[in-house]
Amino acid sequence: MNPFEYQRAEDVATAVATVSGNENAAFLGGGTNLVDHLKLGVATPNLLVDVSGLPLDRVESLPDGGLRIGAAVRNSDAAADPRIRRDYPMLAEALLSGASAQVRNLATMGGNLLQRTRCVYFQDVTTPCNKRVPGSGCSALRGYHRYHAILGASEHCVAVHPSDLAVALVALDAVVQVSGPDGDRAVPVTDLYRLPGDAPERDTVLERGELITAIDLPVLPMAARSGYRKVRDRASYAFALVSVAAAVDLFDNGTIRDVRIAFGGVAHKPWRAYRAEDALRGRPTTAEAFDDAANAELRDARPLRDNVFKLRMARGALVAALQHLTGADR
Amino acid sequence: MIGSPLPRLDGTAKVTGTARYAFEHRVADPAYAYPLQATVARGHITAINTSAAQAVDGVLAVITHENAPHLASTEDAELAVLQSTEIAFRGQVIGAVVADTSETARHAAGLVEVSYDPSPHDAVFTPDRDDLYTPDTVNPSFPTDTSQGDVESALKQSPVVVDHVYTTPMTHNNPLEPHTTVACWHDDQLTLYDSTQGVHSTRQSLAKALGLAPERIRVIAPHVGGGFGSKGQAHAHLVLAAMAAQAMPGRAVKLALTRQQMFSLVGYRTPTVQHVRLGAGPDGRLTAISMDVVEQTSRIKEFAEQTAIPARHMYAAPNRRTTHRLAALDVPVPSWMRAPGECPGMFGPEVAMDELANACGMDPVDLRVLNEPDVDPESGKPFSSRNLVACLREGAARFGWADREHAPRTRREHGWWVGTGVAASTYPVHVKPGSSATVRFQPDGRYRIEIGATDIGTGTWTALTQIAADALSVRVDAIDLRIGDTDLPPATVAGGSSGINSWGSAVVDAARAFRDKFGTGPNPGDEAQGTTPGNSAGERFAMRAFGAQFAEVRVHAATGEIRVPRLLGVFAVGRIINPRTARSQFLGGMTMGMSMALHEQSVLDERFGHVVNHDLAEYHIAANADVAGIEAHWVDETDPHVNPLGTKGIGEIGIVGTAAAIANAAHHATGIRVRDLPLTADKFLADARR
Ligand SMILES: Cc1cc2nc3c(=O)[nH]c(=O)nc-3n(C[C@H](O)[C@H](O)[C@H](O)COP(=O)(O)OP(=O)(O)OC[C@H]3O[C@@H](n4cnc5c(N)ncnc54)[C@H](O)[C@@H]3O)c2cc1C
Ligand code: SF4
Repeated sequence: MNPFEYQRAEDVATAVATVSGNENAAFLGGGTNLVDHLKLGVATPNLLVDVSGLPLDRVESLPDGGLRIGAAVRNSDAAADPRIRRDYPMLAEALLSGASAQVRNLATMGGNLLQRTRCVYFQDVTTPCNKRVPGSGCSALRGYHRYHAILGASEHCVAVHPSDLAVALVALDAVVQVSGPDGDRAVPVTDLYRLPGDAPERDTVLERGELITAIDLPVLPMAARSGYRKVRDRASYAFALVSVAAAVDLFDNGTIRDVRIAFGGVAHKPWRAYRAEDALRGRPTTAEAFDDAANAELRDARPLRDNVFKLRMARGALVAALQHLTGADR
Repeated sequence: MIGSPLPRLDGTAKVTGTARYAFEHRVADPAYAYPLQATVARGHITAINTSAAQAVDGVLAVITHENAPHLASTEDAELAVLQSTEIAFRGQVIGAVVADTSETARHAAGLVEVSYDPSPHDAVFTPDRDDLYTPDTVNPSFPTDTSQGDVESALKQSPVVVDHVYTTPMTHNNPLEPHTTVACWHDDQLTLYDSTQGVHSTRQSLAKALGLAPERIRVIAPHVGGGFGSKGQAHAHLVLAAMAAQAMPGRAVKLALTRQQMFSLVGYRTPTVQHVRLGAGPDGRLTAISMDVVEQTSRIKEFAEQTAIPARHMYAAPNRRTTHRLAALDVPVPSWMRAPGECPGMFGPEVAMDELANACGMDPVDLRVLNEPDVDPESGKPFSSRNLVACLREGAARFGWADREHAPRTRREHGWWVGTGVAASTYPVHVKPGSSATVRFQPDGRYRIEIGATDIGTGTWTALTQIAADALSVRVDAIDLRIGDTDLPPATVAGGSSGINSWGSAVVDAARAFRDKFGTGPNPGDEAQGTTPGNSAGERFAMRAFGAQFAEVRVHAATGEIRVPRLLGVFAVGRIINPRTARSQFLGGMTMGMSMALHEQSVLDERFGHVVNHDLAEYHIAANADVAGIEAHWVDETDPHVNPLGTKGIGEIGIVGTAAAIANAAHHATGIRVRDLPLTADKFLADARR
């Protein structure tokens, strides 16, 4: 644990300027992840700029009918928002499946997206970890990796991104609004996260000092029939082993017109399952079709020694989620 | 009074936050100590550079093996803190930083540079190691191995044989309140507010290590936030706190272990490998019971969990054998965890009994009833009371067992396989000698009861008050109980479910002595002492508590998720002092048993030698949502032999058997027999069927 200064951000521009001008500064949201890292020595900033009090704490309708969720909105408030619950139920479900009520009351939307992996070695400064100390090695590769990636990993890092929220957002094609030292930009959540490659220390494409100000949800009528299915080791208060965010739109004849699918707990980023989606369009809502979709997506999966089960679990979670949405489980 | 559901007397103080736990005791201007821990699993410290730490503003002292006081006794290697450069396990205490604030101490601790000469370490626990050894006894002093008849030939001749290996993982006690101590040296007197299960036993251990007369140490612990055995014995941090306080004469030093540190420093349950063999006739009658256990201990201090003990007492069979073997590894020191022996040791055999019932086509309740022994199979003595069958029958009736379909994997609801299972529970009756109590009549007309017992969240404050009121025939508000302080008459540790049996008997003894001496009209200041009486009945009887646990389990057919919608336990535990606090003990034990069944597993990374899932986000214990329907009941049981109160102890039996009941239910649901705890989702996916 290192001593640090604390500043309450005045406005977005100053916060961005302060953090981009100091390589040892960090934004602070609800602190539910960062403060743990301060105690553990995983993060050692000398300045915290608290952005949780910025006026980014509202859920607003966008002119095109979409929704803008401020980055400082608390996870619990977003999950309770009637518009989110009605039009994007998978998002509310994803939020409510995360952490505990107490943590959700503190956690911000921006902080949730940028929370870091729960890989036990990442959180333990006495062990090697490429994500924490580039080049030190990956302890998980041949260690405890039950929770780790089966898709898109590299020999440098096999961690998964822990956010449930992010999984729903990639399925919805949401976009984050970012303010940086060079101005504002919009980043689709599907592009926000990186695969580890040979630079696992970088979770996202954001540059130092870039502040997430909002999350925009596009108009997506099919999201009204959507859900989030999280498979975890205990009934609550556990990170996903595997999770599925899905939305389905059916033709009158019951075949699939369109579908959105994303997996959590399988990769270094929330995993949009484009191949599974392609495999399902035009198909009937049968177990066989769902199975084919899972096969299409998991074809390139490379499980580790102790997480081979995730293949079957991901398949099972996808089938269960789709059956639930299409009423096939009744 | 005895038998009434008196609400906890300390309840209001606890829920309003005014009950002081160790760290919260107000002391003037405390300093804070933060432990330094080894980052290698074996070897020597070659250099330790504390200058950067010492330069931090607010740092008062850095204590290492180079400047630590010499201990009077290093007999207990776990307590031989900072006495050499040697490292025996990763996470071992190698020093402490003492500072004005806890944050400064923790920061400065990160600045201490330690160089090691590491040696190769060995933390690989497997049952096929060639260096397993036979301990002299198993905890606390049971024979390591037993044998009656001829198990091998009985098994060969048995028409039905169950022969499997069952495993339970390393698990950690994880009480809510971490291990904390506030230590202060003042005028050659050491005062400690400690989170401990026994103030006198803590004092004794520390006095020995420090070479002090026990009278010079006072240990105070009015409230303790759970211990589950991990606060039953002194651990290294206690000695460290005393050393830190010694470096700051007159100033109190507070030390609180972090959750991560608790995974190296305060004991844990060893992993166990249980080879269980049952031989039976086609009718299910047992002919042979064999249990061979392999477990681990630390190289520097032996703890041999008595895992095969319950198999010695549960069922009748002419041919019997139990063994324990240990692997001594470069790992943290294991110790007591709720129901040591019985808890892990009733997993393998009780699942094996379920397998036997299946093999014989019998109902598992009937199988257990059939094999009920007339006398204790181990000693040949009669039981002072044994009501396992009553528990099984009552549990079956309450649970709706009769409606159970026999074949596994037959009930499926909305994508979930549903099944039910049963297992038995047992726990020995312990009465520990050595507790004393004082009764004194006060000017305010109340009776002051003094005994150095502890309340670790179990309800001691309430139950002892009830016992005293009953023994003196007065109302509970006429009792002024004092516990949790070595200035009070000595009391034994809260362990082995022995508290009420032992302390309660001492209180009853003191109350009787008081009434004998002073009658019902005492004068203020009149006082009498009592002690826990000896009990020769133990020579004539085997004394144990029993129970039966029933579980309903759902396993998701596609994802393997496992949930326990219903858990029901019935116990035969002698007399119940307070049904409210008793129920809480049973429900707590069963919940912990469910947690063991579904979640708990300390992942020791053999390459490093420490537990890597060392926090409560990664080391799962049951959360509220895991506990759905849970019920505890008990049958009336009067046992005049166990002790004057007729109590058998209830703190631990609730955790015994739960995991087996759940594993058996999971098998009934899915047809998949999982023999390795915990029962995680992946284990129900390994099977290719869907
Ligand atoms: C025990 C436990 C269980 C949990 N279980 C789950 C779970 O099941 N599922 C799940 O999804 N999550 C879970 N979480 C994680 C929780 O969701 C995150 O801790 C939380 O969302 C982080 O939000 P915060 O505002 O507290 O972020 P902080 O801790 O304040 O910050 C996290 C990171 O984001 C950065 N940051 C914060 N705000 C911004 C911003 N606006 N722009 C740019 N950077 C920013 C910070 O610098 C920091 O690096 C759990 C957490 C705990 C402690
Ligand atoms: S998986 Fe990634 S985060 Fe975990 S140890 Fe390897 S490099 Fe570090």
